[in-house]
Amino acid sequence: MSERKTSSVDKEGPTALERFINGVLPENPIYRQLLGMCPTLAVTNAMKPAVTMAAATAFVLICSNIMVSLIRGLLKPHLRILVFTLTIATFVTIADRVLAAYVYDMSKQLGPYVPLIIVNCVIISRAEICASKQGIGAATADGIGMSLGFGIGLASIATVRELLGSGTWFGLHVLPATWPNWGIMVLPPGAFLTLGLLLAIVEWGTRRRAASAIWRTVRMLWSWRH
Amino acid sequence: METLIGVVLIFIGAALINNFVLHYFVGICPFLGVSRRVDTAFGMGCAVTFVISISTMLNWAFTSFMLRPGAPLPAWVWRTAGGNPQTQLDLSVLSYIIYIFVIASSVQFVEMYVRKFFPPLYKSFGVFLPLITTNCAILFASLEVLKHMQDPTNLWGLPQALTLALGGGVGFTLAISLMAGIREELDLCDVPRPLQGAGIALIVAGIMAMAFMGFTGVDKGVETALSSLLR
Repeated sequence: MSERKTSSVDKEGPTALERFINGVLPENPIYRQLLGMCPTLAVTNAMKPAVTMAAATAFVLICSNIMVSLIRGLLKPHLRILVFTLTIATFVTIADRVLAAYVYDMSKQLGPYVPLIIVNCVIISRAEICASKQGIGAATADGIGMSLGFGIGLASIATVRELLGSGTWFGLHVLPATWPNWGIMVLPPGAFLTLGLLLAIVEWGTRRRAASAIWRTVRMLWSWRH
Repeated sequence: METLIGVVLIFIGAALINNFVLHYFVGICPFLGVSRRVDTAFGMGCAVTFVISISTMLNWAFTSFMLRPGAPLPAWVWRTAGGNPQTQLDLSVLSYIIYIFVIASSVQFVEMYVRKFFPPLYKSFGVFLPLITTNCAILFASLEVLKHMQDPTNLWGLPQALTLALGGGVGFTLAISLMAGIREELDLCDVPRPLQGAGIALIVAGIMAMAFMGFTGVDKGVETALSSLLR
């Protein structure tokens, strides 16, 4: 029934590879789009919770992208946001139960931020922009790319905060024992300050064309389209 | 008296000490996005306070009668259907889906109601209402209430739940209005180019969070003052 309609939509959007690359750097959800700020700031006081949160978000994002892409022919325009939200809520419940069953301490530490993945703007914006318009391949690639970009963002903030705040990385002592732990970095204000400064650094780095080789590679890949 | 002191402490805790935005980081998206002018920021804050109170009240009812361990409604259905009355039922696995459904539909209803009966109010904050569905602060308040509904010996009643929601909403309004005031002044400043926009806003928020850390311990003082006053 919906075969003809969806295939005509599929031709227009970017390909799976473009979607994947797009999510990692050029449209990084944290540094470029400023989405999903709540977990970004709340769980990045150390690497372990940040990585757990990135994994849980990746699971929900990929699953919901696949699910929404599969049912895209059935969506009604005025009800689609509600359908997206309920799909996401189902996968978040699964992720929450799995975390509580296998890594109970981490689940306790993350607390309300696991259920708050439901209202993470990254996931709902991907469902709206990509999954509800494209086929399952592009939607999956988009989900993986976006989760990778989100994970990189979380890990970079958590690295700075954990190193400066407690002198450790993944719980291992990295800095010498004489390092005076900057207590403010693991407290809420540190999250705002770190993200603000990292955003400025990313902005500064991307402004200078020759600044990074990574950026040049990405631009090269990007120019294949044209 | 105990309840009154508890309610006051919940309010101070949600509005100042553990401010929703600056301590729990919920509602950051509107905090950064809709804080360019004081009047729009205040409108957004009022809309959030309004919706958060209504949806937390509804979600409290759902939690209390349906979702918490040992809730009356599923137990009654279970017994009527001929189940063993000794069985302990716990439907809390459904709570996230029901919460988000209640929030999404209550936002819809509030929008329709306000548009029909209070057109001036709709003009002033109607545009923000659809945005609120994906505001973490609303869901966060319901989740906090759920956390206090797990232990059957110390359940939160409607006053506590409503106070938490109101306190959270007032705290959000306070934070976003202060932020908008600072950002209006910032427009006149010479900010380095890479920091312009979100960067400087986040750093200002960090300094505000440090200032709000100064409220730590206020609850102890208020508790002693209130208990000596009311004794």
